[in-house]
Amino acid sequence: MIDLVLDVLSWILLVLGGFCVLVGGIGGLRLPNFYTRIHAASLTDTMGTILIFVGIILQAGLSLAALKLFAIMLFLLLTGPTATYALANAAFQAGLKPDAGTASDEPEENDPE
Amino acid sequence: MIFIFAVFLLTLLVITAIAIVRTKNLFVAVMLTSIFSLLMAANFFILDAADVALTEAAVGAGVTTVIFLCALALTGDREKSREGGRWVARGTVGVLALLIIYATFDKPRLGDPMAPVHQHVAPWYLEKTPEYIDIPNVVTAILSSFRGYDTLGEVFVVFAACIGVLFILSVPPPRKKPAMVEKNSGLRHHLIPQVVGRLLIPFIVLFGLYTQFHGEYGPGGGFQAGAIIATGVILYALLEGESKALRAVPRSVLLGMVVGGALLYGGVGLACMLMGGTFLEYSVLSSDPVWGQHLGILLIEAGVGMAVCGALLSIFHAFAARESLS
Repeated sequence: MIDLVLDVLSWILLVLGGFCVLVGGIGGLRLPNFYTRIHAASLTDTMGTILIFVGIILQAGLSLAALKLFAIMLFLLLTGPTATYALANAAFQAGLKPDAGTASDEPEENDPE
Repeated sequence: MIFIFAVFLLTLLVITAIAIVRTKNLFVAVMLTSIFSLLMAANFFILDAADVALTEAAVGAGVTTVIFLCALALTGDREKSREGGRWVARGTVGVLALLIIYATFDKPRLGDPMAPVHQHVAPWYLEKTPEYIDIPNVVTAILSSFRGYDTLGEVFVVFAACIGVLFILSVPPPRKKPAMVEKNSGLRHHLIPQVVGRLLIPFIVLFGLYTQFHGEYGPGGGFQAGAIIATGVILYALLEGESKALRAVPRSVLLGMVVGGALLYGGVGLACMLMGGTFLEYSVLSSDPVWGQHLGILLIEAGVGMAVCGALLSIFHAFAARESLS
């Protein structure tokens, strides 16, 4: 009984995590400017990581694998948002203004060819 | 399932390769090369080559990306536009690609047990490793004992590459006020990357040491450990500035590691000869031949790790020092 509950719970978490990653991916492609795009992509780093890893840990049960997965989750949770911050900060320093009004900031002149 | 994943990864690999060729912005090309290496590492892992995957991830995605970026800081990030002459190159590449695709038809299927590579010496290695060397990781046994000469050659290639890069980029010691350089370099004004990086560096180095000394039992060994430790130190250099990293690990230590690693490897071989065996025959190092093999592998892996770590860091510093001079 408890096994079944854990299994269902873990699959719910995995599907929700997959959904978050999907949303992050679509947002990263579709949203209009840089800051909104990394905002969407950072969803993958945080919610996606937590949900998917907790889901897999529930699948792994109480074992060494669960501990290792937890360590990887901790690592990703530390580095992912840091990378997002570094990216946003670099863009800000380079002079890209976060402006909700602009529809798009696609750098047309930098386009190859 | 794993097959679908492999095809997916290979498709991404092709897309990335085409994107690398097509982009005119070299900065984008460097980032794509890093992604290519990461995909390649995942591919190696699917093929159960965890040792190679570790190296590819650390060297390909980590160290070379940083070295490329250092090089771009010296040269600028725009590809020079060129006219004409492309059709010859395209034709050659096309013909070669067709030839290679034609050649793959004769290739044995992936994982085919009847493939020549599995019929030649591989069964002997698999059978005799428990008897002669008695370590679980056959890759390490082959790399450092059965084919010790090849690895010795590789270490000397790393050594020669490092010396070559240092010759080309040899920098006079920076005579400018170091305080000014220090202020501009590194991410010292960016608190979050710095704090997180400081938190991670000890674990990266610890993981490198684990791969170094656990290489006989799991995936890993000198090449992987050297590359991982080098990434840790390079991360420190990126966070704190290159001069501070040089103060932590000075140039003389790095060169000593490169030379010392190669010498240690060769020295173990000579010690085997002095103790009555042939070159790199570790069995004579101890009264128990199996224990002698363990000792020999441990020593030469340490030599490999030192040489690789020292070489990667020397090359990184050679590029980074030029950047701060100009």
